[in-house]
Amino acid sequence: MEGTAGTCSISGEVGPVTQGNGNGKLTLTAKDFKTDQEVRWCPGCGDYAILAAVQGFMPELGIERERLVFISGIGCAARFPYYMQTYGIHSIHGRAPAIATGLATTRPDLSVWVVTGDGDALSIGGNHLIHALRRNVNLKILLFNNQIYGLTKGQYSPTSEPGKVTKSTPYGSLDYPFNPVSLAIGAEATFVARSIDTDRKHLTEVLRRAAAHRGTAFVEIYQNCNIFNDGAFDAVKEHQENQIRLEHGKPIRFGAECEKGVRQRPDGSCELVDVAEVGESALLVHDEHHEKSSLAFALSRIAHTPSGPAPFGVFRDVERPVYDELMAEQIESATAERGTGDLRELLHAGDTWVI
Amino acid sequence: MAKAVERVNQVTIRFAGDSGDGMQLTGARFTSETAVLGNDLSTLPDFPAEIRAPAGSLPGVSGFQIHFADHDILTPGDRPNVLVAMNPAALKTNVRDLPKGGTLIVNADAFSEKNLDKAGYASNPLEDGSLADYQVHAIPLTSMTLEAVKESGLTSREAERCKNMFALGLMSWLYTRPTETTVEEIRQKFLKRPEIADANIKAFQAGYAFGETTESFAVQYEVAPARMAPGVYRNVTGNQALALGLVAASVKSRLPLFLGAYPITPASGILEELAGYKHFGVRTFQAEDEIAAVGAALGASFGGSLGVSTSSGPGIVLKQEAIGLAVTLELPLVVLDIQRAGPATGMPTKPEQGDLLNVMFGRNSESPVPVVAAATPGDCFDATIEACRIALKYRTPVFMLSDAYLANGSEPWLIPDPDTIPDIGVEFADTPNQDGAFMPYLRDPETLARPWAVPGTPGLEHRIGGLEKADVTGNVSYDPDNHDYMVRVRAQKVAGIAGDIPELEVDHDEGAKLLVLGWGGTYGSITAAVRRVRRDGGKIAQAHLRHLNPFPRNLGDVLRTYDRVLIPEMNLGQLLKLVRAEFLVDAAGYNRVRGLPFTSSELAEAMEAML
Repeated sequence: MEGTAGTCSISGEVGPVTQGNGNGKLTLTAKDFKTDQEVRWCPGCGDYAILAAVQGFMPELGIERERLVFISGIGCAARFPYYMQTYGIHSIHGRAPAIATGLATTRPDLSVWVVTGDGDALSIGGNHLIHALRRNVNLKILLFNNQIYGLTKGQYSPTSEPGKVTKSTPYGSLDYPFNPVSLAIGAEATFVARSIDTDRKHLTEVLRRAAAHRGTAFVEIYQNCNIFNDGAFDAVKEHQENQIRLEHGKPIRFGAECEKGVRQRPDGSCELVDVAEVGESALLVHDEHHEKSSLAFALSRIAHTPSGPAPFGVFRDVERPVYDELMAEQIESATAERGTGDLRELLHAGDTWVI
Repeated sequence: MAKAVERVNQVTIRFAGDSGDGMQLTGARFTSETAVLGNDLSTLPDFPAEIRAPAGSLPGVSGFQIHFADHDILTPGDRPNVLVAMNPAALKTNVRDLPKGGTLIVNADAFSEKNLDKAGYASNPLEDGSLADYQVHAIPLTSMTLEAVKESGLTSREAERCKNMFALGLMSWLYTRPTETTVEEIRQKFLKRPEIADANIKAFQAGYAFGETTESFAVQYEVAPARMAPGVYRNVTGNQALALGLVAASVKSRLPLFLGAYPITPASGILEELAGYKHFGVRTFQAEDEIAAVGAALGASFGGSLGVSTSSGPGIVLKQEAIGLAVTLELPLVVLDIQRAGPATGMPTKPEQGDLLNVMFGRNSESPVPVVAAATPGDCFDATIEACRIALKYRTPVFMLSDAYLANGSEPWLIPDPDTIPDIGVEFADTPNQDGAFMPYLRDPETLARPWAVPGTPGLEHRIGGLEKADVTGNVSYDPDNHDYMVRVRAQKVAGIAGDIPELEVDHDEGAKLLVLGWGGTYGSITAAVRRVRRDGGKIAQAHLRHLNPFPRNLGDVLRTYDRVLIPEMNLGQLLKLVRAEFLVDAAGYNRVRGLPFTSSELAEAMEAML
């Protein structure tokens, strides 16, 4: 993929998938991943599009269905596992990353996916999310962010914009929201990306990249709740020129004519500039593999909530030892050193005496 | 010249000092020497939750009591015969438990004006005659220790810290304990600091030699080995036995062990112990919180591991939602509750039996969970294996109750032959079970357990979850009759375990009208009290519950056999409530929540009052 000066693609490439984790011999189709259960999200919900994208790209992973597991917590998004013809658990509010951690840590042969929402992941389950990220457990975490509590019928969420008027905040919410991408980067995530429910191509490519990542992959997906928070992402959906597509190794440009770009200030923060004014050479060249997370973090701060230009794509993709592999290594080396544990010997350890 | 040796049947010694004085280590070493000698023994560590309360202060006192004998004993002893007090605060907080005529060994060097003041003594008890009722040995332990180790090259602070070994040496001489294991243990402990090892050994030997030469002690005591069942023994604490039980359950089920835990007193020792057993394939996960700990264990169970989580009361309440999920997912999960005094943070290092009703009912809606309890430190091994057996066979979360006393207390343990531990293996589902399809909630007609199909098994892909499920298919269901059925069948599954556990055994006296019914860590105190009542001619029956849910199938019949039933508990009557509700039996309780095990004398009194 060659970057061409003066162009930028709205449907921009997310970047090549460097490795797969399946055997590539399977010939499954999207249909094979559908269950016999009736999908019960509200008509028009963004979750349908995400489900279709996931079911659509699963076959190309080349992983047998029995080795795929979807684990969710509570919320609209959390119904997801019921619709995937794989193994799955619809668990309790916020705890999916914890449950998935136990599974992934004991079963490195599985591909474990966590499906969560903004309330589930960032409010009640915030602790589990950040700790899964820092441990780099082999999990793919998909956060459907609709900036609202849908299943409980419309209270503000930890990603709702300040002042949000909802049933629980008739005078406007007082909370300052999380930026999920910033949070994930701050929590030492090794893979952080953002996509949007309606752009199947981009979403699919981001999911591919996430699937190929070793360790925890965190993907925020802007998802429209047409019942309780319709149009939350119109600033980037209706105005695609506001989508800043991140492409590794390329100067960051956006806008209808790619006339705008992102420049890094001396203090490390990012600003939006007119390319004509500053020249392309002044633009920030995206480096998703940068050793330090500061660059990805600065990019994530361009838009705290999507009310104007906002970055999409892979913010960060670095390698760090994976938790379950490290644990397996400890077991292997302890066994190599001490031999496979012998129960009789263990019971007789320490001072013993005979009567 | 060798001193006179007097033979005694049993002795109770309490070591008490500042938290930083190493009293737990001293007690543990004396215990080990005693075990190797072949006495029966029982120990009670009693320490504050603060790691280092202000030095010399009353709250900073740490104690360790050991009861050892030439016969079978059951408790760490009601009151010590000998009190070793390393400072005025230790004397002040412990001397009230020493009977008149008891032996008191104090570190005279520690009775400075400053320390006396910190302990609230207006005058020096070593000089004001207030200890006249005791046989007092005021020994300058600190200065003699410093003298013994002066050539070791240690700082004065390091040298002073060897004084507990001087005291241990003296006590080892006084009770003719073997010393080799202690010397070896000190060497091992300070492998990287040989100069510290040498100094501690010197202090230990100096203490021993002091006993031989001083005129302060005229007599040396001997307690002959106890007659116990033949076999190989070791000393275990409850937490050690529990950890060993988990490894044994993993071996005997051929399932890898996964422990999710968050550090909490008094359960942390289990996590620490198991973390060293990686060569058994044990995975220990120190989670970010109690909820994640149990959640990860449940996730591991879904994947085919033996999923276990350990905690104590405050952590257990946090785990209850996930345990409720395990009830409805019908996956094996073992949760070990090392009970401590509550509510809230309570007294973290002190035992209580206050969690019984919480583990029975502390979840939303109808969510039955089997409950077993350990009776003694060594019994934690068997109780843990039993909890794992039930969890695996019936695909259910199971609670095992221990407490702070069992966790830290120790006793000689007849090491079981691994070949005699029953196999608790289970079979995973590997083929469709109904017309070519897999029905995750199609139950075994006998156990009512559902099939355990682990990810990775082709063709058995299925989804489970916290929403109510339709019978057989496991699909989400809001059908009223289905919900009523599922609630009942889950209850029936747990109740049915009664057919798979032993009947309650009663230790009955001909003509006894009073039954004493206990559960958990009070076994030793209750049994010792029953012996005392019988020795005094009282007729009494005793039974102790291993299974609290379901109860043994004959419990109702047993209760109705007696005119009176007494249920001693270290709570305000929790088993009492269950028994009265279940069997309409007018049982009476004996309830104390002092954060200390019952003394056998108080229980004997309560029993005699009801004979």
